[in-house]
Formats: sequence, C-alpha cells, structure tokens
Amino acid sequence: MPKLAEVCRYVRSKNAGPFWLTIDLFFQDREAYQRHRAAPALETVAVAALYGADPALVRRFEVDDLCVIKLSIPRPTPQGGVVERDMHGGQQYAPLLALELE
Amino acid sequence: MPPNPPDGLETRILVPAGALGTGVSAREVEAGLALHPHVIALDAGSTDSGAAYLATGRAKYSRQAVQRDLEILMAARARADIPLLIGSCGTSGCDAALDWTLDIVREVAAELNQAPKIALLYSEQDASLIKAKAARGEVKPLAPVKAIDATTIEACDHIVALLGAEPYIAALDGAADIILGGRTTDTAVLAAAALRRGAGAGPAWHGAKVAECGGVCTLNPTHPGVMLAIGAESFTIAPLSSDNRCTIESVSAHMLYENSDPFRLVEPGGVLDVRDARYAAVDDRTVRVTGSRFEAMPYTLKLEGAGGGPFQTMMMVGIADPAVLADIDGFVARMHEALVGRVRRTMGVEAEGIGISLRPYGWNAVLGRPVPDTAPPQEIGLLFVATAATQALATEAAKTCNPWFFHFPAKPGTELPSYAFPFSPAELERGQVFEFHLNHVVEVASPFELVRTRWVDLAEEVASHA
Repeated sequence: MPKLAEVCRYVRSKNAGPFWLTIDLFFQDREAYQRHRAAPALETVAVAALYGADPALVRRFEVDDLCVIKLSIPRPTPQGGVVERDMHGGQQYAPLLALELE
Repeated sequence: MPPNPPDGLETRILVPAGALGTGVSAREVEAGLALHPHVIALDAGSTDSGAAYLATGRAKYSRQAVQRDLEILMAARARADIPLLIGSCGTSGCDAALDWTLDIVREVAAELNQAPKIALLYSEQDASLIKAKAARGEVKPLAPVKAIDATTIEACDHIVALLGAEPYIAALDGAADIILGGRTTDTAVLAAAALRRGAGAGPAWHGAKVAECGGVCTLNPTHPGVMLAIGAESFTIAPLSSDNRCTIESVSAHMLYENSDPFRLVEPGGVLDVRDARYAAVDDRTVRVTGSRFEAMPYTLKLEGAGGGPFQTMMMVGIADPAVLADIDGFVARMHEALVGRVRRTMGVEAEGIGISLRPYGWNAVLGRPVPDTAPPQEIGLLFVATAATQALATEAAKTCNPWFFHFPAKPGTELPSYAFPFSPAELERGQVFEFHLNHVVEVASPFELVRTRWVDLAEEVASHA
C-alpha cells in the first residue's frame, strides 16, 4: 500500500480561523485521486482519531475538479492557548504523510 | 469614478496586495491604473497571527511599512480620482487600530499635499451591548464553541463585529475618497464597489474571495497585486504584473485556502456557493469564472473577541549528550516531574496554578505526539515555559527551576551535566498569553446596526485652520 506522501504532490495544513484546522491533500493526478480518495485512512472517523477530535465535527470534502480532498478539524484548543505548539497550524499535516492508503 | 465600460456593469477593482503593510508595488499599481479601475481596495487585517493583535489593539505590521504602502496607494488614488477602500485597519480592526491607521493617513496626506474626504467605519462593540443581545438570544455559537455566557464576554479586552459591504457602499454614496474600515470580512471590502454598481452578487462575492489575498491566487504570489473585474454574470481576474499569470487551478484552488469549506462561504446577509462555478482561461494570464451563486440569508455579523490571560517566562537549552538523546521521552518526563516538585516545594502556596511545559524541539515539540520508531537526533532544543498569573511569578518559577533545568542528569545518581544555554540571563520574559474567546454570530436588524460611521474631511480641517 502506498503512503499518502507518495500519491500526493502537495499536502498542506493551516488554521481556518482560530478554532479550526484545515488540511488540503492535492493528489498527484486524477488516477491517484480516484484510486485513493475512498481509502479508510482518510475517512472522517480515522482522521478524527489521528487528531484527537470529535468525529461528528470533522468535515471532509472531495473537490473533484482539483483532485483534492479537504479535511477540516476543530482545533483541540483554540489558536494561541497556554500550550500552543503551532500558532498557524502550518505543520499539522505531517502525521498524515506516512498514512498507508488502500 | 471613470465612465462605465461598454458592458455597462463591469466594475474593475485594483487589489494591490493581500494586506496593507506587506509591501505594495508602485510598478504594479501603475500598471493597474492604466486599466482604469473604479476603486482601489484591500484588506489590512486578519486573525491568522493570533489573538494578541485584537487583545491589545496593536497592529501586526510596522507603522513604516503601512505608511509606505499608503504613500503609493494614496498618490495613485488621487491621480486616478477613485476611492481607496481599506478593510480591517490595523490588523484587528478595533477602534484603536482604526485610529492608528487614520493617524498615518493624515500624515501621508500632509506629506502628499492632499486633503481627502475620509469615512471611518467603526465596528468595535461594547461588552454590555453584546451581553444584552446575548440575553435576547441574538448571539449564536459556531462549532466547535458553546453558547455564549457573561464570563466569555468579560474575558475579552476587545470585541469586533465583521462588517459586510453595506457600510462601504453607503460611504461610497457619501463620496468618500478614502474609506477606513474597522473589522470587515476580507471579501466585503473588495465586493462593495461592484455590488453598488449592480454587479451580480455571486460573481462579486466569489471574485472578492479569490482576490482577498492578492497574488496568492496567481502562479507567483511574490507579485502582490491583482485586477478583479466583476460583471453581471461573471468575473475575471488577472495579475497586475505582466510576467505573472492566473490559471484555472491557481484561481479555483483559492477557495481551499484557510477556509474550512471549499464550496460555501458565509458572509453577512448570505452565503456564497461555488459548487457550480466554472473556470475558463480568457488568455494565458486571465481567468473568467461563471456560475457563482449568492443565496440571501437573514443578516448576521460574525464576532471576534480576544483577551489577555496568564503570563509566561521561557528558557531553552540545547542538548547533544547521547545519553539523553537515547531516551528523550523518559528524560523529559523525569525532568518535568522534578521541576514541578521543585516549584511546589520552593514556592509553597504561590506555586498553585503555575504550569510548567517542556517541549523538545528536534523531537516532538511541534506535533506533541509519540515519535514513531526512529534513530535519535543529533541534538535537541528543549524549551521550558512557565505559565503563571503574573509575569513576576512566571519568572520566579523559571529561576527556581533554572539549576535543575541546566543540570538534570540523564540517569539518576550520575555526574551532573551542563546543558547549552544560548543566553544569559537564561530566562526570557515572554509576556502575556492572548486568546480568542468568541466564535459567534450576532443577529442584527440592519447591516448598519453595529457600525458607527464618522467623517473626517481633511479639506474642511485645512480650511478651518487657514
């Protein structure tokens, strides 16, 4: 099974406002997008577990025209709390890169 | 404003940069003026960089950076005799930030020998007013936050409402040369002139969304400016620099950017829906978009509120000792327990509520999760953060921990190492923690209910001082 980093040309994360994190997975091409977009590792329940978020709140979008899957996750604590590790959320995509996709 | 173009409805908006103070290009603005824009419009604010700017009212960008951009834009505005619209002034768009921007505008006007008529749109809100609206059930939470209460409102040092396009339209009707807005949605300040001239709401809001970050929707975002042209059924967007390009992908991908929903964007008075938007290349650097829809909804304004919390003092050591690096998690856990105990024993009752956080950079400081099976790094930077009710207490805690943080051994009962402090004194007072407390919308009877418009006509001031 390929890793996510091997089938995406670009993966990024960023705050979407102070209370949300949003992750964009740009797949290598349409073939890779079609093959892997339904992978169990990218379902909301799995993503919620990876980020310790409430699965009922995690939002997942398939942007077919761009071959992108977008995942939006409530931040565990709002931006800038007492233990803030990533003010802009710009590095929080990293744990996804090694995910194995069916 | 210049006469209408042949299609009668197209409104051209020169967007010189994604934010005032990030460096507009005089060359690009010049190129934009040649295309006869109806307005120059841009945003000056954001919550991206954290709550400190709203909580304190201070701007993120330097005064000189904002002044330099204003010099270029105010000179261009006067030459073309078109309005200049700036939203979310001074980063947070609170009243103090708006007044700070007005001061700079006055200074630049004097320097350029201009006397513009300025409209100021204040959108900071009194806590008592928000409490009253909350009591009437007019303040609604947005996921993931809970319903608003008095404690949440009182925790905010400043509260702002994000304005829609209507106050800008009214200021344009009042013949403002320069409109300085308090906190405003990024899109409203760009959409306003087109909506006023009868452009389609779908193209106006979608075009504004694409152009909100300036050159971010182009292939080379280091060129900051774009030209947005909004018509009845479509909009086009192109970079101001002739050697830069907008492509179908660079434009359509912008709906993803810093946005939790790539298809729908809630604005004051409605929601932009781009699910049926179609993107087509007009030429090799211009993209036309059709099919954007705007569905009217009851008028609400989003609220932002931020306040100061506890204080922090930090220290950092570098560690290259292989004995530590062989078991970083165990080392950090043992040191944390020792530091917490040391603070409790030494500071007694004062230690109540003091937090100690250790974050090993080069290991898992950024992600804060267990590290998969991997070889030890060559070195780490271990960050220490003490959090306490006052700066003095946080510093006291850091100084209390200093010798243990400096010498804590890899294994109990071995000789004491000395880790690598980069500074002396070792501790650094970081200041206050600032947090956002509001993620709510407020219902309003009209788009003007929570905005206060003030006019400053520098021509009249000049005349009255003559």
